[in-house]
Amino acid sequence: MYKKGTYTILTNEPLTPTVWRMTLEGDTQYFTRPGQFVNIEIEGLFLRRPISVCDYDGRTLTLIYKVVGEGTERMSRMAAGTKLDLLTGLGNGFDPEACGPRPLLVGGGVGVPPLYNLARTLIARGCAVSVVLGFNTAEEIFYEEEFRRLGAEVHVATADGSRGVRGFVTTVLAERGIDCDYFYACGPLPMLRALSEATGDVPGELSFEERMGCGFGGCMGCSCQTRNGSKRICKEGPVLKKEEVIW
Amino acid sequence: MQDRKLDTSVILSGLKLDNPVVPASGTFGYGNEYKDFYDINILGSFSFKGTTREPRFGNPTPRIAECTAGMINAVGLQNPGIDAVIGEELPRLKTFFRKPVIANISGFSIEEYAYCCERIDREEQVGIIEVNVSCPNVRHGGMSFGTSPEAAAEVTRAVKAVTTKPVYIKLSPNVTDIVAIARACEEAGADGICLINTMLGMRIDLKRRRPVIANTMGGFSGSAIFPVAVRMVYQVAKACRIPVMGCGGVETARDVIEMMMAGATAVQVGAANLRNPYASKQIVEELPREMERLGIERLSEIIGCVE
Repeated sequence: MYKKGTYTILTNEPLTPTVWRMTLEGDTQYFTRPGQFVNIEIEGLFLRRPISVCDYDGRTLTLIYKVVGEGTERMSRMAAGTKLDLLTGLGNGFDPEACGPRPLLVGGGVGVPPLYNLARTLIARGCAVSVVLGFNTAEEIFYEEEFRRLGAEVHVATADGSRGVRGFVTTVLAERGIDCDYFYACGPLPMLRALSEATGDVPGELSFEERMGCGFGGCMGCSCQTRNGSKRICKEGPVLKKEEVIW
Repeated sequence: MQDRKLDTSVILSGLKLDNPVVPASGTFGYGNEYKDFYDINILGSFSFKGTTREPRFGNPTPRIAECTAGMINAVGLQNPGIDAVIGEELPRLKTFFRKPVIANISGFSIEEYAYCCERIDREEQVGIIEVNVSCPNVRHGGMSFGTSPEAAAEVTRAVKAVTTKPVYIKLSPNVTDIVAIARACEEAGADGICLINTMLGMRIDLKRRRPVIANTMGGFSGSAIFPVAVRMVYQVAKACRIPVMGCGGVETARDVIEMMMAGATAVQVGAANLRNPYASKQIVEELPREMERLGIERLSEIIGCVE
């Protein structure tokens, strides 16, 4: 189930030069899993903006978004107290029950946020969570400490080597030989693909992105083909099982 | 003050609708996604997703581009095919929708149109068959049948020959003379005309120097096209005797009334549903209030009232 409702911005602040964190107050009862998303109406723009949920509790919601276009640019200028119209509880989300005791979470850039609530959920379940975060450069890094504070083992890779391992998230896996029984990932398509290959026989789930019309399955704008037939990224996704992805 | 009962009902080719509000094909699936937001029995009816003989995945993504006051889509008639629509979607629809539905049928040949319409005609819940000769997002089909009077008439004749229910032809605005095509459909036996489908549009990603849409072009819809739709509804309603279902950029009850004054008997709501899943419901609820403001007692009285 999903819900359309009004949410009030509590905070809205930059974490890096291009990535912002917004917290909102409102009804969060329609979120059922980590990795779901909201679709935000922005005055003056025709389409809503789908943003993955970083974290939520009984009355607040945390979104982390990268300023990439007109919609997110406008979001970054919104002040605390502004009211927003959101569709919430969208998408299938990650399945926290699917993993064993040693899950691996892999995030690239602005794909990192939905892993945060997942990490919190898995750690609460008693899992030993390893997290690998990939960024282009040191100044783009966010949430490294936040994951550590949850109790996760955190590794960072930067493409230019300005922090952590030089290279990609897959470089970390190759160099550190992280032992895991299941993985969850969100990030750019090349990262997801490389990770899917690098993890060999280890099963996992990957969260995908697509341009959306509605965000709730009404328009078929974001369909993709999978080994289990066509799926809507907004409805049967954004999370797909590794074995059903057609690369 | 005595609360007078305002009458929002309209009659579309013998089919009585509680109100003229009909979510447009391609924005409402087979009803399933919207029933989670509200009881869709509040609607006049709705037109289900364009259905073809074979299942279709449609076009590659990106299929969606944003525009000022609108959007472009190039979904490409993704649908599960007529067998699955009859075998799965309609039985499921029956569990939550009690009213006659409008069946939108698309095709790539005259034979395919006739085949699908003949089959859907036998389905009890189908009240009207809407023949889509105006999809801009597929090659060798769709819009190519709707851009010449002869081809549109040929599809109409073929469908009418194998059906018993009212047949509405959904026309494309991407033509020089919409009236000639609508008249050709009427002469070929169409029971009504639905217009307009989307306008062919295009956006370019400036950084990548490439079209935003994978299929290069797509169908432009949303409030930006409303004046074009009103104009075409007006022209066709004046030129034809059969009823017109108006469509294109409708977002409010006032838009519904405007389109009816232009000549529409029922009014479809498309892209507005995607931005606001409650759009059609809100229009239905707002209609009586707007009628009251404008002194309209019976909505059907205003159809085509503009000279």
